Amino acid sequence: MKLTLRVWRQRNADAPGAMSTYDVDGISSDMSFLEMLDVLNEQLILSGEDPVAFDHDCREGICGACSLVINGDAHGPERTTTCQLHMRSFRDGDTIDIEPWRAAAFPVIKDLVVDRSAFDRIIQAGGYVTAPTGSAPEAHATPVPKADADFAFEHAECIGCGACVAACPNGAAMLFTSAKVNHLNVLPQGAPERETRVLDMVAQMDAEGFGGCTLTGECATACPKGIPLVSITGMNKEWLRAARRVAKR
Amino acid sequence: MARTMWDSSVGKKTVMAVSGLIMLAYLVVHMIGNLKIYFGAGEFNHYAHWLRTIGEPFMHYEWTLWLIRIVLVVAVAAHATSAYQLSRRDIKARPSAYVHAKPRASYATRTMRWGGIILGLFVVWHVLDLTTGTVHPGRFEHGHPYQNVVGDFSHWYSNVIYIVAMLALGLHVRHGFWSAAQTLGVGSRTRDRALKTLANVLALLLTAGFIAVPVGVMTGVVS
Ligand code: HEM
Ligand code: SF4
Ligand code: FES
Repeated sequence: MKLTLRVWRQRNADAPGAMSTYDVDGISSDMSFLEMLDVLNEQLILSGEDPVAFDHDCREGICGACSLVINGDAHGPERTTTCQLHMRSFRDGDTIDIEPWRAAAFPVIKDLVVDRSAFDRIIQAGGYVTAPTGSAPEAHATPVPKADADFAFEHAECIGCGACVAACPNGAAMLFTSAKVNHLNVLPQGAPERETRVLDMVAQMDAEGFGGCTLTGECATACPKGIPLVSITGMNKEWLRAARRVAKR
Repeated sequence: MARTMWDSSVGKKTVMAVSGLIMLAYLVVHMIGNLKIYFGAGEFNHYAHWLRTIGEPFMHYEWTLWLIRIVLVVAVAAHATSAYQLSRRDIKARPSAYVHAKPRASYATRTMRWGGIILGLFVVWHVLDLTTGTVHPGRFEHGHPYQNVVGDFSHWYSNVIYIVAMLALGLHVRHGFWSAAQTLGVGSRTRDRALKTLANVLALLLTAGFIAVPVGVMTGVVS
């Protein structure tokens, strides 16, 4: 396959950026999108140019490091992570636009790499879970109803990639935050901090400069792990419950 | 509690949802009341007079009406203020657009914002038109709402303003009602279809019911 790539290039956080056009040839349809970018970078290095910086780690869709907005879609046209996107989703001769996540809370560090530490601070704001550490507890010591376990697991699937923020017209982190809140708030292990967790995480989300939810649903469409839009409804419910309870204390 | 609400984006959105639902409930009653115009001047004007006497003899003349007006003004102010502040936050949170832009992403958000502004301007115009008579295009007489409405919709631009505003209302309620359910945490996977249907039905009934009045005057059924 022969492709034309239009890639966002930006030297550092303060430099202005722009789209640069590159041609790549000899791309196999079995390559992943990141392998295709590796080919581009080898080409750039050989010609003495600065390779394109992009985030990646596991390359198997579980770590949440990879990003990229591809032709306007976070993680590209398939419901998966960029590392699990394959070139067979494109056609020979295509022009592909590649941009970084765009949000005030995710400033660009270089080229396609953005600073997602705002997510870490939201997680930190959630605090800890009051559960004994050390040797694993006996599995049936704390019974969890099947439905709750499934619900928690569905939300635990969030890999913190930030595609939801990138896709949201308001740069909101509601889907990410709701995945974390719902995951821990439904479990007995997370119950003692149920109120403070949601209030503090939402407060941190606001403090980081993320936008609010207007329920356009773009986040859930972009999420590679299928976290549903109704998770946000669930977090709103938790938040209202917590605000009422804390006021009574 | 009030501070927690107003300072949080989730809390402020709750203010939007509650104030929106208060206005929505009022609009449903208002729309049904308006349809009495089809039963003639006597019944319509009598109904308008009754609105001023609700709650008597406990309430004095027009007390209940003023109570409703105060609640509505507070709702409009709370709704518009939180809409402005939340929209400011949203726009600031996404300072640079994608080069490869997708228009669909912000459709609902944009219609809510523009629709909201149209509705805000309409509410002001509507009060100056049919409550105070300040901008009424014909001869406005207090206590004769039937004649005032007929006089109003005998002018083409009144028809245009009302019909455009009511279409904007339909779109606003369609996304707004369902959104409010999500904001208040009552939406769920199993209830989603029902809520969306209810939102569509409400939007359609409100728009059709309100538009029926200018259409009635235009077609001569109401004169
Ligand atoms: C003063 C004029 C109005 C303005 C400026 C306005 C503006 C808005 C905006 C911008 C939103 C989206 C809020 C967001 O960013 O999350 C919204 C939502 C909403 N509006 Fe309005 N609107 C107005 C009038 C009305 C009226 C007359 C109704 C009554 C039917 C209404 C009902 C709603 C509802 C129920 C929501 C959903 C709240 C939520 O998402 O939880 N609005 N409005
Ligand atoms: S909710 Fe989905 S899109 Fe958002 S960070 Fe988690 S996995 Fe990524
Ligand atoms: S590189 Fe780990 S999820 Fe893509």
